[in-house]
Amino acid sequence: MSDRVSTTVPAATPPARHASTAAPGLRGWAGPGAVTAVVLVLLVLPFYVTAFWLQTGLFAMAAAIGAIGLNLLSGTTGQLSLGHAFFLACGAYGYVWFAGDSGRVGVQRLSGLGLPPLLALVLAVLLTGIVGGLFSPISGRLRGMYLGVATLALVFIGHHVMLNAKSVTGGFNGRSVTPMEFGGFTLTDGDPDGLEVLGIPFGQLERLWYFALVLVLVAALTARNLLRGRPGRALGAVRDSEIAAAVMGVPVARYRSAAFVVSSMYAGLAGALLAMIFNRVVPDYFGLALSIDYLAMIVIGGLGSVTGAVVGAAFVTVLPQVLSKYADTLPLVVAPGSPDSGVGPGEAARYLYGAAIVLVLLFAPGGLVGLLRGRPGGVPTGRRTVRLGRTKGSIRTGSKG
Amino acid sequence: MTKLAEILLNGFALGSVYALIALGFVVIFKASGVINFAHASLLLLGGFTVAKLHDDLGFALALLAAVLVTAAVAGLVEVWFIRGLGRTEVHTLTILTIGVDILLTTELTRRIGSDVLSLGDPWKAGVRDWGGVHIADARIACIVVAVVLIGTFFAAFRFTAWGLSMRAAAEDREAAALMGIRLGRIQLTAWCVAGALAAVAAVFLAAFPSAGLDRSTGQIALAAFPAAILGGMDSAAGALVGSLVVGLTAALMAGYQSDMTWLGANLGDVAPYVVMLLVLIWRPTGLLGSKERARV
Repeated sequence: MSDRVSTTVPAATPPARHASTAAPGLRGWAGPGAVTAVVLVLLVLPFYVTAFWLQTGLFAMAAAIGAIGLNLLSGTTGQLSLGHAFFLACGAYGYVWFAGDSGRVGVQRLSGLGLPPLLALVLAVLLTGIVGGLFSPISGRLRGMYLGVATLALVFIGHHVMLNAKSVTGGFNGRSVTPMEFGGFTLTDGDPDGLEVLGIPFGQLERLWYFALVLVLVAALTARNLLRGRPGRALGAVRDSEIAAAVMGVPVARYRSAAFVVSSMYAGLAGALLAMIFNRVVPDYFGLALSIDYLAMIVIGGLGSVTGAVVGAAFVTVLPQVLSKYADTLPLVVAPGSPDSGVGPGEAARYLYGAAIVLVLLFAPGGLVGLLRGRPGGVPTGRRTVRLGRTKGSIRTGSKG
Repeated sequence: MTKLAEILLNGFALGSVYALIALGFVVIFKASGVINFAHASLLLLGGFTVAKLHDDLGFALALLAAVLVTAAVAGLVEVWFIRGLGRTEVHTLTILTIGVDILLTTELTRRIGSDVLSLGDPWKAGVRDWGGVHIADARIACIVVAVVLIGTFFAAFRFTAWGLSMRAAAEDREAAALMGIRLGRIQLTAWCVAGALAAVAAVFLAAFPSAGLDRSTGQIALAAFPAAILGGMDSAAGALVGSLVVGLTAALMAGYQSDMTWLGANLGDVAPYVVMLLVLIWRPTGLLGSKERARV
């Protein structure tokens, strides 16, 4: 959204922009219409597409929840976070531990509380929120880039803990995930066995699909309402000018920590959902690359907008999957393991992913949402304030000036 | 006692490699306000160039070529991607460097494959014995080269016209521009210097006792992040202090790991991040970073 208003001239901030921040993509009836259409398509999709697309779509939905959360923190509050993978891991392992049973698997002793999965999901989200809250001495005081690298530490420390706290996480090989269930109805291929709807077999992917869709909608609505209300305006004020916000009576440090906690809880939910899709969680998945993917999602989608986060999440998740699947039909690509020194499909996917990030940012700094709205720069030119001083974006550099 | 001395010397050597990398981060940050995530791939590029050329040119010429190539590529990144977007958000630029890093790293790792490349450095696997204290020749060379390069850098920063304009630009871009300082050129040289330092750092990261250059060598540049941050992102001296702290912590933790098994394996990789968090709780802008001042 319109993040480019200069921080040096708070008075130049048009009051209207908060209204537009609060209503991402909902100008008139076009927005709700488009959202309804997309939801309707998603509702009928499991009846038409193959398992590959369902799986990819599920990953995209989990990523969308996480990206919405990161966008609340980075897009709206202007705090860079590279620690999102850590909070995803908290949610995933939290769910597995709350829902899993204690016992021996092979040579390893695993602990777990064996709670009902739905309760475990709620507890996992709360746990992630608490962990995010514990980080508040840092998240409340640091800004911008400093917070970005400080959260980088969480990824590495978290990875270390995941490898070593073997009774909770299962160590390097990970731990299998208890499937979600509601009163005897499990989100797996069995129980009830051979479930069919309109002649289509409803297995794990189809059942998870509707569960994930509900979660995404709830997450998106919550975020939208949060942004439209008092907290959203306070956070936007903190981003645009901390001093002005403090003068207006916004407790800056508390709102910063709160944004961090809420964003962690979103990540926790996304992590738990990812765990259910994967059936098994392993520490190596939750590395720095995952954090970077999430950051790429919100920037490619468009900072500060819920729609942008969802679009970016879909783009970043689906693109590599589709590229790897169809890479062999692309020119200049050789089959994996072939002796020719060509580009393998996985590498081709990485190239296109990197190029996509660079090209989107070069030609549409406002993100894909900016493109959809016909203003790739993010802010209409008439309202763009000229900045002469050192680069002061919505992310603070933490240096004086 | 000899063990402690060995650990401290190794930590010092590690710290001086980190210092070369962290200085690059700081210089780019001061000039462009961007945290350069493409640094890891620049480092890999430097090492790769040495590995490919040292058979034909000899080590010294290959290193020179690598420094030039890496500096040139860093400069190109600045010209193509950073300069044109000078007015967009720092956020966006930082992600852009991630995109560049993905492109460059993919290309380099594809060429390196699963090989471990030798850089043909003259120190080989030589080890020196000073009264029972064993230290690799490469480590000593590393300390010497780093001290010389960093000394040169600070002298240039302090005494040359380039250093003066660099400091002026970092202090206040607008005023510097009005005084006739070419900000574009300052920014370009900053990127080139950072690239050159990364190429030198790559040589020492791949030298003995490491086996050589492999596809994951670039990732070590990440360990210089805590170094740059805990020293203060906008302070070159802070980068030095931070690098030494990180190098010594990593070496101490790795050296005394057997006494701390309850904390888990590979503690040396994680300890720098823990130290960074502790420092940031105490001083949110790093040890020597400038405090924020705001005029209302």
